[in-house]
Amino acid sequence: MNIIDKIPLATQPKINKAHLVERLGKVLPNSSLLHKREELKPFECDGMTAYRKVPLVTALPETEEQVIDILKICSAEGVPVVFRGAGTGLSGGAIPCETGVLLGLSKLNKILEIDQNARFARVQPGVRNIAISEATSKHGLYYAPDPSSQIACSIGGNVAENSGGVHCLKYGLTVHNILKVRFITIDGEVLELGSDGLDSAGYDLMALITGSEGLLGVITEITVKLVPSPQIAKIALVAFDSVQNAGDAVNNIISAGIVPAGLEMMDKKATAAVEEFVKAGYPLDAEAILLCESDGTVEEVENEMLSIKEIVKKAGATEIRVAQNDAERTKFWMGRKSAFPAVGRVLPDYLCMDGTIPRKKLAFVLQKISDFSNEFNLQCANVFHAGDGNLHPLIMFDASDDDQLHRAEKFGAAILELCVEVGGSITGEHGVGIEKINQMCVQFGTEELKMFHAIKKAFDHNGLLNPGKAIPTLQRCAEFGAMHVHRGQEKFPDIPRF
Amino acid sequence: MDLNLKKIKDTISNAQKNKQALRIVGGDTKNFFGNKAELPLLSTSKFEGIVDYEPSELVITAKAGTKIVQVEELLRQNNQILAFEPPIFGFDSTLGGCIASGFSGPRRAYAGSARDFVLGIKMLNNVGEELQFGGQVMKNVAGYDVSRLMTGSFGTLGLILEVSLKVLPRPEHELTLTYELDEKDAINKINVWAGKALPLSGSCFIGSTLSVRLSGNTSAVNAAKQIMGGEINEDTTFWHKLRNQELEFFNKNSDLWRISLKSTTVPLELGPTLIEWNGALRWLYPNCTSDIIFEKAKKAGGHAMIFRSKIGNLTGQQQVAGDLLKLHEKLKHAMDPDNLFNPFRIHRSY
Repeated sequence: MNIIDKIPLATQPKINKAHLVERLGKVLPNSSLLHKREELKPFECDGMTAYRKVPLVTALPETEEQVIDILKICSAEGVPVVFRGAGTGLSGGAIPCETGVLLGLSKLNKILEIDQNARFARVQPGVRNIAISEATSKHGLYYAPDPSSQIACSIGGNVAENSGGVHCLKYGLTVHNILKVRFITIDGEVLELGSDGLDSAGYDLMALITGSEGLLGVITEITVKLVPSPQIAKIALVAFDSVQNAGDAVNNIISAGIVPAGLEMMDKKATAAVEEFVKAGYPLDAEAILLCESDGTVEEVENEMLSIKEIVKKAGATEIRVAQNDAERTKFWMGRKSAFPAVGRVLPDYLCMDGTIPRKKLAFVLQKISDFSNEFNLQCANVFHAGDGNLHPLIMFDASDDDQLHRAEKFGAAILELCVEVGGSITGEHGVGIEKINQMCVQFGTEELKMFHAIKKAFDHNGLLNPGKAIPTLQRCAEFGAMHVHRGQEKFPDIPRF
Repeated sequence: MDLNLKKIKDTISNAQKNKQALRIVGGDTKNFFGNKAELPLLSTSKFEGIVDYEPSELVITAKAGTKIVQVEELLRQNNQILAFEPPIFGFDSTLGGCIASGFSGPRRAYAGSARDFVLGIKMLNNVGEELQFGGQVMKNVAGYDVSRLMTGSFGTLGLILEVSLKVLPRPEHELTLTYELDEKDAINKINVWAGKALPLSGSCFIGSTLSVRLSGNTSAVNAAKQIMGGEINEDTTFWHKLRNQELEFFNKNSDLWRISLKSTTVPLELGPTLIEWNGALRWLYPNCTSDIIFEKAKKAGGHAMIFRSKIGNLTGQQQVAGDLLKLHEKLKHAMDPDNLFNPFRIHRSY
């Protein structure tokens, strides 16, 4: 089953491309309006490369006024709109709609204001995540969420997906680190959500639109919170001869009252792939390695590191290596942050899962994943934001072989459904997009989905924004539910089946 | 089914049939806030109890009617805290009310707000059906973030049944330092410190005294003290009293205003003021008209409201207008189409 072929569009308008190009041409310079086949091809997918669709038109506005004009035209003409930041998303959220406009925000890439004293930066959505910290480091401040793709991904995309990173147990997700956004509705209305203070009047719409995957509107400006750079950060690389021991070490660290800045786990397959790729110095004989970072004041870090070393030793660590300098610390992190591309070198394609689980279920879940790996006859490497229970199994396959793609999809679906079964979620930070659209029917029941659709309608009455993504229709779930019976009950019993 | 839950559900479905709006109450300790509509009460206070708590997962799940003091006591026994320090305005204050109001205390500027710690909720919609959003895991981006939308919505979008919160370890050591200086210097000083890697966890300026709380491991707190100087305040009840508005400052017999704005905003000079959150929260007993307060708050990138009223009853009214107000009305209609839940509690239009 190819997921994308099953996406029902909310609207299937008959759109006259020439007419649309003419209207958009009146509000955009030629360089911002792409409509020839060869110009559109580069926009056919995002970071989830297994699925592709060429948009009708790509618009790359340079100003907020142009964004508003584009949306007003699309609204008036009934044309679907898909937003795109840097196109690094892993769940297919920015895959274009063939009958619609792809609205890319890459040209809105300026840092507008840095307020050192009030500790915030006001930026446009196309600014790269890491560029914010680079620009503010001279003030001793930085933007905390650091997705592994931070050298490329844009802050607008981070807000749309509520991105995390390797430091979010201590510093939070995107939703915890933004203060204000300028939000444009499909009708071209400009709304300021949030404030320069720590809260704002009315409903917490900023929380609602964070992670809404471009279904509710688009952002043209973001005020992000900056936090003081820690005096010092130290990282320990810890090896274990069993996943269970590594999992115990994680739980014991947190039970001891320590919230490390970063707490990452990788299994043997992931470590091997990474070592081959970046030579981070990871031990190859360990069943699991932990990267444990402590940051803060010199005294704090010294104390925390002592406690951590003691705890992991007790949990059966076979090796503990504390980075001796910043270069070595960077190398340790480089390995972790390169895990996805490293795995990508082993086989031509991989599906990156993003489930979250209660930490105590880790060993059980990893064992099940290993069983699935045998069942579907596909290799799988596991990297894990262990501190916050966010698992990234990387299923390796060759997409040119239809059967492998099919098995990989089934393998992925089995993992996500397992995450829900143990009390977790199908996505921790990558979003639903099209990739996990079916699993939304496992995570949520009819009433929740109805509420999502009601919320969507309050923002986007005609369903023009990113149609077919993130929130499945009830009909889709009824079809999917026919194959999946949970807790002895059929889900969506009241929906007609097709 | 839990009998108390059944009663709540029945009340909602009857109200829905009769199009009779309800006032949701937990401990009814925040009835000073917002529109005081005379409506039939729907109480969650008997729907109580801890559902799940495993300290090593840093998550607690409890029913809406569970008393906040009970939640905090359980956490204390396990050396953990609710890091947003919800204000407790009475022993009966419940978890449901705490999240519905979304109020946060002194640690908010350093650890995060109530909504930041909400991981998931169970709620009832306008026909009494149970819905579940978020969960018990730290990260969850499946579907819209309804849990956080519900936080601070004062029960106007649905009834909160159960809440899962992230909890944090209790800091090993805490210390309060005080400084004598004027308001302008205090705002400057605390903002400069907030930009440094120091273990801050609270700040409060009243009269001519700036109090700063440090939390963390003992050596880090002591090292910060060396850098920051100041006098040690031995009164360990200070932050508790601040959190629950039990300090003498809050005893005046006039309207108490709450102004949330950019932290570096210069002194407002509109009357006696207590400052928290590095300057981003100002409690004010004004000596001027409300127009001036609203204007100043807006100019400083924030908003203002009457929090407690001794003379009128127009507290808690949120200043939302224009297209944003229209969106609020649409959202309220989407989630509570019959206007059953706490209508007009926080805005005259919804």
